[in-house]
Amino acid sequence: MADKITLGHGSGGKLSAELIREFLKPLGNPILNRLEDSAVLSLCGKMAFTTDSFVVHPLFFPGGDIGSLSVSGTINDLVSVGAVPLYLSLALIIEEDFSRADLKKIIASAARTAAQAGVKVVTGDTKVVDRGRAHGLFITTSGCGLIPDDIALGRSKIKVGDVALVNGPVGDHAAAVMLARNEFSFSGKIRSDAAPLNDLVNRFLSQLKTVRFIRDITRGGLATILSEVSDEMNWGIELNETAIPLRREVIGIAEILGLDPLYFACEGKVVVFVAKEEARKALRLMQEHPLGKGAAIIGKVVAEPAGLTILRTRISGTRLLEPFSGDQLPRIC
Amino acid sequence: MVKKILAELQALADQKPVSIMEVCGTHTVAVYRSGIAGLLPKNLHLISGPGCPVCVTSESDLYRFFVLSRKKGVIITTFGDLLRVPAGGQVTPSPSPLPQGERVKVRGIKKEIPIQSSLEKERAKGADVRIVYSPMDALAIAEENPGKDVVFLGIGFETTAPAIAGAVLEAKRSGLTNFFLLSALKTIPAAMEALLNFPKVRIDGYLCPGHVSVIIGSRPYRFISEDYHRPAVITGFQPEDILEGLLLILKQIKSGKPKVEIQYRAAVHPKGNEVAQNLIRRVFTAGPASWRGLGVIPKTGLKLKAEFQRFDGQKQFKLPEGEIIKPNPACRCGEVITGAITPENCRQFRRKCTPEKPLGPCMVSVEGTCAAHYKYNA
Repeated sequence: MADKITLGHGSGGKLSAELIREFLKPLGNPILNRLEDSAVLSLCGKMAFTTDSFVVHPLFFPGGDIGSLSVSGTINDLVSVGAVPLYLSLALIIEEDFSRADLKKIIASAARTAAQAGVKVVTGDTKVVDRGRAHGLFITTSGCGLIPDDIALGRSKIKVGDVALVNGPVGDHAAAVMLARNEFSFSGKIRSDAAPLNDLVNRFLSQLKTVRFIRDITRGGLATILSEVSDEMNWGIELNETAIPLRREVIGIAEILGLDPLYFACEGKVVVFVAKEEARKALRLMQEHPLGKGAAIIGKVVAEPAGLTILRTRISGTRLLEPFSGDQLPRIC
Repeated sequence: MVKKILAELQALADQKPVSIMEVCGTHTVAVYRSGIAGLLPKNLHLISGPGCPVCVTSESDLYRFFVLSRKKGVIITTFGDLLRVPAGGQVTPSPSPLPQGERVKVRGIKKEIPIQSSLEKERAKGADVRIVYSPMDALAIAEENPGKDVVFLGIGFETTAPAIAGAVLEAKRSGLTNFFLLSALKTIPAAMEALLNFPKVRIDGYLCPGHVSVIIGSRPYRFISEDYHRPAVITGFQPEDILEGLLLILKQIKSGKPKVEIQYRAAVHPKGNEVAQNLIRRVFTAGPASWRGLGVIPKTGLKLKAEFQRFDGQKQFKLPEGEIIKPNPACRCGEVITGAITPENCRQFRRKCTPEKPLGPCMVSVEGTCAAHYKYNA
């Protein structure tokens, strides 16, 4: 078998079949193994459905790779609306001459993440494009899950007095990917936090009565996500700067580059809004879970200023957090 | 500690308005990120001066960068901050007189043409523009691309100049023939003096830039207290440092004995960093520089010495010289940089001029006053 993926592998013929059979081994499950044009599923109830594309570069970074990321990212989208994630699709666009060994590693990683989360990849697709057209590998996923009848999360459920929690330090993923790009002459020990959060979220959804809203903290980071959450609502969010968990290394990288870690993407963090009365219990439930070790209460919902997210700084000043525009460019002096 | 300093500041405050200018982009950002402005006594006003090297790069310099990026076989290397800075206006073929009455020859411009571009736009049109984090990266790119000419856009103050000088020396030592520098480097103290003579600006004291002072020390600021009788305090970047710097300035004003003080004692020595100063002196000579919003200020530009002329991108590529762009009349960056107006006074602020569609560098650069006001002011 060749050690590189060729255009032939995407043509639908023998080579394609050979490639697919190889994928089935780690991903295999009864539905996928049927290899029909569509997966036939039987779902009853309120279904959550999401889609995502992954173009991360580099493909491998400390803490994960594009495979594990694509699975956990899609699972977390489902989890954020209160769904139990069930099935995923996995479509690959592979660049000609991509290393077969790398592809195998990535599929295995995706399979491991799916298995860890109890989710099945039930359908997929592979295409191969000419050299130079796909930066190695692009992955598109979609996922579906069922939302239990008694769960109804939404921004409209949030009330003044509610409390916001996060399940650990923010910004690890963006920092890890930046370092992995090797553009800088310094290195660090940061790992991406990419992880499927369904077990963690299920834990507190099942044991708390007043979870209002959950949001996955991805592109744009904590600041962008929260300013979007508060946008046009008749309440605002006040964050406590000293309460936001941040690893020293992430702060360090941000300082050297002149960037703001509150805008660094995560891939294994959610912000959760609960009623004040259940805040301590929510914190404890998170901290008892392996993916919630550094959890913290980071802020509260306030009446003023409505529609905005503000930060109470370390010295008790205030600062408005707005959604980030464009790519963070480092300062020069 | 913060509460203690704030209390002391309040105790010293009275009805008389006091305006203190900081001339460091990092100070601007630090002030807004920590929300200090809202905690100060009502009579104390912080003005953001021309401390952002990207912001004070003249449109004519930017135009030269665009012209160069369009040349075949040229790789432009630049700090990331410069990528989205727009320059627009009319390129004029006639030599425009400089404020001091000097006339500069303009070559290569046949007729008046409107231009509106940025390095990012040029890159999208096919120019090879690469972001580097250090001038040494530009040297590496030159070594890796012997068939191309690599030009480093030298933007910055005394903080950045030593490293750029080091890169030029290294290029000479290793015999690189395809590495060039386009210098728009500037030095700060003479600009601070020019500001004190500006009619529209009132400066009662200076928060002096922290990182620049690490290099130049405290002596270059002596004219502020000796000739102009105002306090000058070299300050660090934590909110506590800035508050302490402000307090020291107020105390000096009250005592009537202005002097140059170092609050940033952890990093700044009165003599500065002599190795870095020597690097600058070895490679560069002082000349006039065009500051956006302030015009041409003599002795504030750093140009390559004769010995290093072969690395001068201006000469190598015969770029048009002088002040060749009539600034966009709608943009009031110059007045913002000199502290004459706040961003909110500008009609374009938040309307025609936003971080997504900036009219001028103050809105583009992360350290620009307008960008800071836009992001951090509720």
